[in-house]
Amino acid sequence: MDWNQFFFVVFPYISLALFVAVTIYRLVYRPFTQSSLSSQLLERKRLYWGSIPFHHGITWILLFHLLALLFPKAILVMNATPLRLYLLELSGFALGLWALVGVVVLIWRRLTTPYIKAVTSTMDIIVLLLTLVSVITGVLTASLYRFGSVWFTGVFTPYLWSVLLFQPRPELVEPLPWLIQLHLINNFIILAVFPFSRLVHILALPLDYLIRPWQLVIGMRDRKNS
Amino acid sequence: MDVRTHMSMIFHLDKCIGCHTCSVACKNLWTDRKGAEYMWWNNVETRPGTGYPTQWENQEHFRGGWEKKKGKLDLKLHSRLEGIFKLFYNPSLPDLRDYYEPFTFDYQNLFNSPKKNVQPIAEPISMITGDPIDIETGPNWDDDLGGSNIYAKNDLNLEGLPQEVREQMNELERLVFNYLPRICNHCLNPACVAACPSGAIYKRDEDGVVLVNENDCRAWRMCVAACPYKKVYYNWNTGKSEKCILCFPRMETGQAPACAHSCVGRIRYMGVLLYDADQIPKAAEVSDDELIAAHREMILDPFDPKVIAAAKENGIGDDWIESAQNSPAYKFVKEWEIALPLHPEFRTMVMMYYIPPLSPVVSVTEKSLFRLDLMQEDYDFELFDRLDAARLPIKYLANLFSAGDEGIIRTVLRKLLAVRIYMRRKTVHGKVDSVSRKTLAEAGLTEEQAIDMYKMTTLPTMEERFVFPNYHREMSIEAMLDPLTHKGEVGLGYIQQPKRGE
Ligand code: HEM
Ligand code: SF4
Ligand code: SF4
Repeated sequence: MDWNQFFFVVFPYISLALFVAVTIYRLVYRPFTQSSLSSQLLERKRLYWGSIPFHHGITWILLFHLLALLFPKAILVMNATPLRLYLLELSGFALGLWALVGVVVLIWRRLTTPYIKAVTSTMDIIVLLLTLVSVITGVLTASLYRFGSVWFTGVFTPYLWSVLLFQPRPELVEPLPWLIQLHLINNFIILAVFPFSRLVHILALPLDYLIRPWQLVIGMRDRKNS
Repeated sequence: MDVRTHMSMIFHLDKCIGCHTCSVACKNLWTDRKGAEYMWWNNVETRPGTGYPTQWENQEHFRGGWEKKKGKLDLKLHSRLEGIFKLFYNPSLPDLRDYYEPFTFDYQNLFNSPKKNVQPIAEPISMITGDPIDIETGPNWDDDLGGSNIYAKNDLNLEGLPQEVREQMNELERLVFNYLPRICNHCLNPACVAACPSGAIYKRDEDGVVLVNENDCRAWRMCVAACPYKKVYYNWNTGKSEKCILCFPRMETGQAPACAHSCVGRIRYMGVLLYDADQIPKAAEVSDDELIAAHREMILDPFDPKVIAAAKENGIGDDWIESAQNSPAYKFVKEWEIALPLHPEFRTMVMMYYIPPLSPVVSVTEKSLFRLDLMQEDYDFELFDRLDAARLPIKYLANLFSAGDEGIIRTVLRKLLAVRIYMRRKTVHGKVDSVSRKTLAEAGLTEEQAIDMYKMTTLPTMEERFVFPNYHREMSIEAMLDPLTHKGEVGLGYIQQPKRGE
């Protein structure tokens, strides 16, 4: 088995299997462990400069990635006029830098604040470092290999779908520069680590808050009026 | 009419001696754990003072409770959409330093210290980092104002008091204070429930206890900021929010909550209140001066046949209705109308009530001190007017218990005072004269009521103070489980160890 085979066929399946199986197990059988593990109570100033840029950057970028994966056509149509292409590229790049600033502050905070050290596990540091690699390789890719929003849909979308549909086509990503390959591999590592880390908090995004009633009452008595 | 049941606690502030037994009982039972060291689900603060966490009543800062926005009641903290965007960082969350940094002492040093010419000491260390710290404040450093006037000076409830009264209250040797024990109010319109994006907090239908489902909590910690009483706490170790559970496992087995049970001053009473859930939205929205009236209106008369019929229709059992009829809470809140909610203007519709303190009634006139309740015979008539000379200003109590309405406080204090005068005539003078009868009537009480109030205040037995209905836990769904299901696991709702997630 050559390295390409391992990194672009075997490993993605290992990481996807871990991601799906362990995440489901954890959410269903270990719900107590799913938490954002906020440390704002202990330290807030650095968190402000870390968490806000990081999350606002990373969440939107993640959303763009998902969109490109699910609706590649929409992205292509959107990019049909150069102005919109530039705008998309520029905002993606800016968000990446924003996330980079955030993750650097977060790492610095984790490693140097005594209060935060008291609640830091090895996994917290692994997750932050992996994220750092992803963000750096992502931002570099965006600046060195321009118009990612165009070629992503041509290369990554078909590749990822080929993996998801169990007909892997590693030849699509084999010729890519190593930087981009690193970005891809690192993200599969993140996926594998996901269920074992605090990252499960992403799945808790409580969008139903927008529509649920203000008050919740639970009881064991049968009531006619409710 | 949608009749529901609630367990309510009454705090008779005249009797609180500020001993913190309640706090310690609660701490020993529930919060003596890593991550919870700084939590005092029950705390006792000296008033006037800044409380715990410091200045918790400052809603411009902490943004707790409800607010009328464009005529509609809304969380002061956030709109729903804002709430989602503030998940990553919640600007209104109190900092640990607003409570205090939990500390212990390095006792090992007393044993391990190498031989020296000086005594080894146990240095204070932080319970979070383990590093030596300078202790700057502790859970009860405002106790009896700690010999300092900064606590009293910064009490927000002094607002609206004339400058000279404020200054007088601030003179150290003449300081006046009383104690305010606080637990979660298990509100009818809880801001903590409404603010939780995950919907992890809920109100139990059967007794109104507000609980955090620890399995659903995701540490978005909006509840901590939204509760205007700062009675939800974030456990920095487990990454979950926690709060007072009104000792429901004790209540379900017929025992009073640990704080109430251990209370040395016997200031606490508990019992069922029936209320009309249909009236909550209206009662939460009325203007400030109607809040208390609307709140009282919402509490239902358990003797009223209509109420009883509606309660039965809602599945409320005879034993709960009977319990509501014997409830001391009902007597204090509704029958005698002397128990008031703390800060009704936060509009969470609290279900724990306070009888405002009459003592210390000593006041200053000219140069000498006098006692309002020990006047000569002919002065008794004037007593009511002299309430304003009480050392704890009416306005101050009004800011705490009636959204600033001094009339309500005056009515309550008159009742308390009238019962005192009446009973003194009866026991000390051996006869009830027309003067004391007139005082009673002026305060709006009958002789029977006065005697009841006196008995319930001074001589109640444990059974009279705590009236618990049968919870019928055997009827709950857990009965359907194999009794050994959770054997060997941590009890009280945790099916697994409450261990911090990775
Ligand atoms: C989608 C919605 C998301 C929400 C609501 C969310 C929320 C949060 C919250 C509340 C915290 C705790 C901050 C604190 O200490 O108070 C946190 C931390 C963290 N989040 Fe997210 N997050 C989201 C998405 C993401 C994504 C996409 C990532 C990316 C990989 C991520 C990575 C992290 C990391 C690494 C931390 C730890 C930061 C630290 O070192 O303290 N989050 N998140
Ligand atoms: S007092 Fe208790 S029930 Fe009311 S808002 Fe605060 S935590 Fe919730
Ligand atoms: S135990 Fe009772 S008397 Fe003592 S502080 Fe608590 S409420 Fe007051």
